[in-house]
Amino acid sequence: MLVLGIESSCDESAVALYDTKKGLLAHQLYSQVELHAEYGGVVPELASRDHIRKITPLIQGLLKEADLTLQQLDGIAYTAGPGLIGALMVGTCIGRSLALGLGIPAVAVHHMEGHLLAPMLETPQPQLPFIALLVSGGHTLLVEVKQIGEYKILGESLDDAAGEAFDKTAKMLGLGYPGGPAIAEKAKQGREGLYRFPRPMTNRPGVDFSFSGLKTFTLTTWQKSEQTEQDKADIALAFQTAVVDTLLIKCKRALKQTQCHNLVIAGGVGANTALREKLNTLDATVSFPRLEFCTDNGAMIAYAGSLRLAKGEHEEARITPKPRWPIADL
Amino acid sequence: MELFLADEEATLQLGKSIAQQFSSGGVIFLNGDLGAGKTTFVRGFLMAFNYYGAVKSPTYTLVEPYHLASREIYHFDLYRLGDPEELEYAGCRDYFHSQALCLIEWPEKADGYLPKADLSLNLHYQDEGRLALY
Repeated sequence: MLVLGIESSCDESAVALYDTKKGLLAHQLYSQVELHAEYGGVVPELASRDHIRKITPLIQGLLKEADLTLQQLDGIAYTAGPGLIGALMVGTCIGRSLALGLGIPAVAVHHMEGHLLAPMLETPQPQLPFIALLVSGGHTLLVEVKQIGEYKILGESLDDAAGEAFDKTAKMLGLGYPGGPAIAEKAKQGREGLYRFPRPMTNRPGVDFSFSGLKTFTLTTWQKSEQTEQDKADIALAFQTAVVDTLLIKCKRALKQTQCHNLVIAGGVGANTALREKLNTLDATVSFPRLEFCTDNGAMIAYAGSLRLAKGEHEEARITPKPRWPIADL
Repeated sequence: MELFLADEEATLQLGKSIAQQFSSGGVIFLNGDLGAGKTTFVRGFLMAFNYYGAVKSPTYTLVEPYHLASREIYHFDLYRLGDPEELEYAGCRDYFHSQALCLIEWPEKADGYLPKADLSLNLHYQDEGRLALY
């Protein structure tokens, strides 16, 4: 079964072709990061207008790369939520309409299910059940993936996502966007042990997160400092270490509480080297999918959708993006 | 009004007491730098409606809706808007009806496209605490 996957929930327009027998055939992406860098973040409506311009050429380019035609598709999978309504509308409209025109089934995919299953695109695939730590600009959560389609949220951020804390902290320190790489780079010149930042919510049970207070703590520390480049580097390091430690502590707890031995890291923050090093010290099999499958991509949507389509699931010919869509509803 | 907020608890209490002044809809502007306590204020505000759950930052989603005690409350964060006009494209006008309570962070990012505020709160850093002007 050949499936076209379409992802447009935030700032990436991405498409992919997944064949249930042959695996991933091709995937392409157009990132709006540069466009958004100017504003220090995702600009919702710029995002949707850009998706409109990019998505059709992307699909055409993808088919050309794989030497296939639209008529050879057996199904279409598109991200229906959660995400920014204007952006979701683009992928949902084109995905559902193409399927109607081609007379093939279409399935709405939950963006987070895509992220949770993205590691399955790697060989060897991680062993089920696994714990997934999803850390990005919009999300920070720990999910128990018992089997495909069965997800239990163990904990999540009660306020800012980890990636968002990186972005905002970078902005406060006058570093670039996206904040993650900017802080990681600056932190290299930082001196260890000069500051002790809090590890939010680690002194109480549970695996929920909160990064808003840490952001404020960082700002206050910065304002009280002499604000030299060295101070900036020291604070960037202290902040990064606090986030990494917090994520490590919560992952350890999640593994213990579920008695699971497999941990998968997804989401853009997973690219952080310090985080990778720390998580590798855990007494568990830790897998980091390729970065291109960690951040938003079309392959994960094509893959997750292909599993649902293969089971005979499909949507009615109706366009219903879902900006809010709890994953527990799946 | 001018009020010194010594800690997080004080910001929560201010949110709670202001919420009690709104018996139907309304628009509240929340001004202040990153980390000044705007979202904390919203958390306190929602407590007045017996909501003690997570108050996620709407920076990424633009708006987080709450349906509490048969009230519609919308928490906006316009930080990422590049141009005020984008608010119009996003269909945000639909949110500003007379029964809705709209709390708006970074309102200046949508200057000219927002309804008039019933209350405008400014949070400033002052020593270890915050100064609230409204």
